[in-house]
Amino acid sequence: MKKKFKLDELDCAVCGAKMEDAIRKIPGVNDVQVNFLLQKLTLDADGARFDEIVRLAQAACAKIEPDCKIVTA
Amino acid sequence: MNQKQKKTLWRILATAALFAVLEVLRHLGVMDRFPVWAVIGCYLVPYLLISYDVIRKAALNIRSGEIFDENLLMFIATVAAFAIGAYDEALAVMLFYQVGELFQKIAVGRSRASIKALLEIVPQYANLETDAGVARVDPDDVAVGQTIIVKPGERVPLDGVVLEGSSLLNTAALTGESLPRPIDRGETIVSGCINGDGTLRVQVTKAFEDSTVSKILELVENASSKKAKTEAFITRFAKVYTPVVTLAAVLLFLIPVLCGGLWSDWLRRACIFLVISCPCALVISVPLGFFGGIGAASRKGVLVKGSNDLENLSKLSMMVFDKTGTLTEGAFHVSAVHPVGMDDETLLSLAAAAESGSNHPIAKSIVAAYGKTPDLPLKNLRELPGHGVCAELDGKALLVGNERLMRQFSVEIPAGESGATVVFVALGGVCCGEISISDTVKPGAKQSLDALRQNGVRSLSMLTGDRKAVGQSVADALGLDAVYTDLLPAQKVEQLEALLAQKDSDATLAYVGDGINDAPVLARADIGVAMGSMGSDAAIEAADVVIMDDDLSKLPCVLRLAKKTMRIVKENIVFALAVKAVVMLLGACGVANMWLAVFADVGVSILAILNSMRMMKKS
Repeated sequence: MKKKFKLDELDCAVCGAKMEDAIRKIPGVNDVQVNFLLQKLTLDADGARFDEIVRLAQAACAKIEPDCKIVTA
Repeated sequence: MNQKQKKTLWRILATAALFAVLEVLRHLGVMDRFPVWAVIGCYLVPYLLISYDVIRKAALNIRSGEIFDENLLMFIATVAAFAIGAYDEALAVMLFYQVGELFQKIAVGRSRASIKALLEIVPQYANLETDAGVARVDPDDVAVGQTIIVKPGERVPLDGVVLEGSSLLNTAALTGESLPRPIDRGETIVSGCINGDGTLRVQVTKAFEDSTVSKILELVENASSKKAKTEAFITRFAKVYTPVVTLAAVLLFLIPVLCGGLWSDWLRRACIFLVISCPCALVISVPLGFFGGIGAASRKGVLVKGSNDLENLSKLSMMVFDKTGTLTEGAFHVSAVHPVGMDDETLLSLAAAAESGSNHPIAKSIVAAYGKTPDLPLKNLRELPGHGVCAELDGKALLVGNERLMRQFSVEIPAGESGATVVFVALGGVCCGEISISDTVKPGAKQSLDALRQNGVRSLSMLTGDRKAVGQSVADALGLDAVYTDLLPAQKVEQLEALLAQKDSDATLAYVGDGINDAPVLARADIGVAMGSMGSDAAIEAADVVIMDDDLSKLPCVLRLAKKTMRIVKENIVFALAVKAVVMLLGACGVANMWLAVFADVGVSILAILNSMRMMKKS
């Protein structure tokens, strides 16, 4: 399953690249892209565990840039 | 400026005011009478005011083990400055860092806004026809087969076929072409165009996510995933840059101090390294430059699929073209009629009668040239693919077709080769004339090719399935360097591979075709350019660069854009690295101060972003 999310408060380009690496390491993630300029996260992951993976991704992002939020609504 | 940025601005102004007061007091000698802790306290107030968010992030990052973080390194650098008694420098560094960060955020915000403006081809709603009347819905909710209404001035939300109405369409957002395109009943309509002053009823043929406008948007948004070598290098470089500079800072402090150097002096030098340790200038400005290039191209009706394609285009040295529909109009017409023993009209009527059932473009051009509905009592009409048509007329065999057909039926034909495609007509085994069909070279093609040469393309050649004489006449008219004729589709790939082997290893080759029957060739070239493909999925899939209309002058235009993009990207890389290197060198020698280091960090970053934003400007 592939879905796009908006990333709020993504202010640092290096962090975007770090987040991409961190999310890619989450089991079940097939592909991930963080677009700093568009403030977008494209996540392609296992559909059955998608919500759980999004939560893990959120945690990974918070670790790198504390204010950055994945908008799930 | 948003709320958060305004707040930062106020903090900066307040800190600057306090800083000024403290500096005045210090110069007047008032500070000398204070005990050290009081002086530190005086500086600590503005310091905390300006840096509390940096300290907060630094603390959070220590907890999660992110030690190579910009905030943390800035914090360490200023604490070290306090430790050596350089209170004013610590405060100044943080102040200017925040000023720089604020400018940088504003610049990024501006670029984001201009990118959004680029992507504003997305229709917001569709007027769906329902039993209860017309309802305004999300284009996503419209199913294939439903009918929508496009009112004057509205953006066409989905691809479809016009059921009713006629209008003029503004396709500028898709093709960059300002001339409106007429549209009428029964014609296909492409999403993203803006309707003129007629109301259209459209039957939807593609769901929103498959429609042209979504495809284009997705391409532009995902362009950053096909990274140019330069961009991939910057990403890798950024990952090692911070740890290496931080390590260098530690060594710069430890080694001299262990050898007996003055610790406060070397600590100051090491701090300079920490301040320059963020590769932000490169990480933001390089992708932004590429994005700007891709955006500028899309505004001209050219889709570039990735920044790597832009990079390849800038190194273009060979260009190979398909003939029909790319260099020529692709519209055949009868250019000459040479009857033998009958008049023009009779010859055309015979040919038109035989060809009237065929869908071949040449057959259609003959029927069109005759202009009337042919009514000859033909029997046993058969089409022989690749040859022509044969039939019976009053007991005599009627043959209409090429040289091969005539040879097959042993009909003698006049010798000689012309630069046009020739259709022979034979009745009862005797040739009774020939019809020349030609395809004209596109107007402006010569100028576009000349412009390509001026932009550094060294070799221009053409591949065609057509006969030698026809291919050669087009090549002569356009001044091509080489022409390869009589090629079957598979041979086109072989020929392209031979050409790929000829070029220099660091130069690139582009193939320009219509993307319909030459997909393998498009895929094999370094850069596959599909032309005239508005609404054609196959072409959009196969090519790296898609020119939405069939205007050859877009080629030199996109080539210039690619070169400009690469120049800006290279300027930024060289500038940022050079400034950082020089400041580090001066810092290590004890010449540079922290003020200069802040400039090398955020100052360079802002300048690089501004440079990249030149690509976004309308030109």
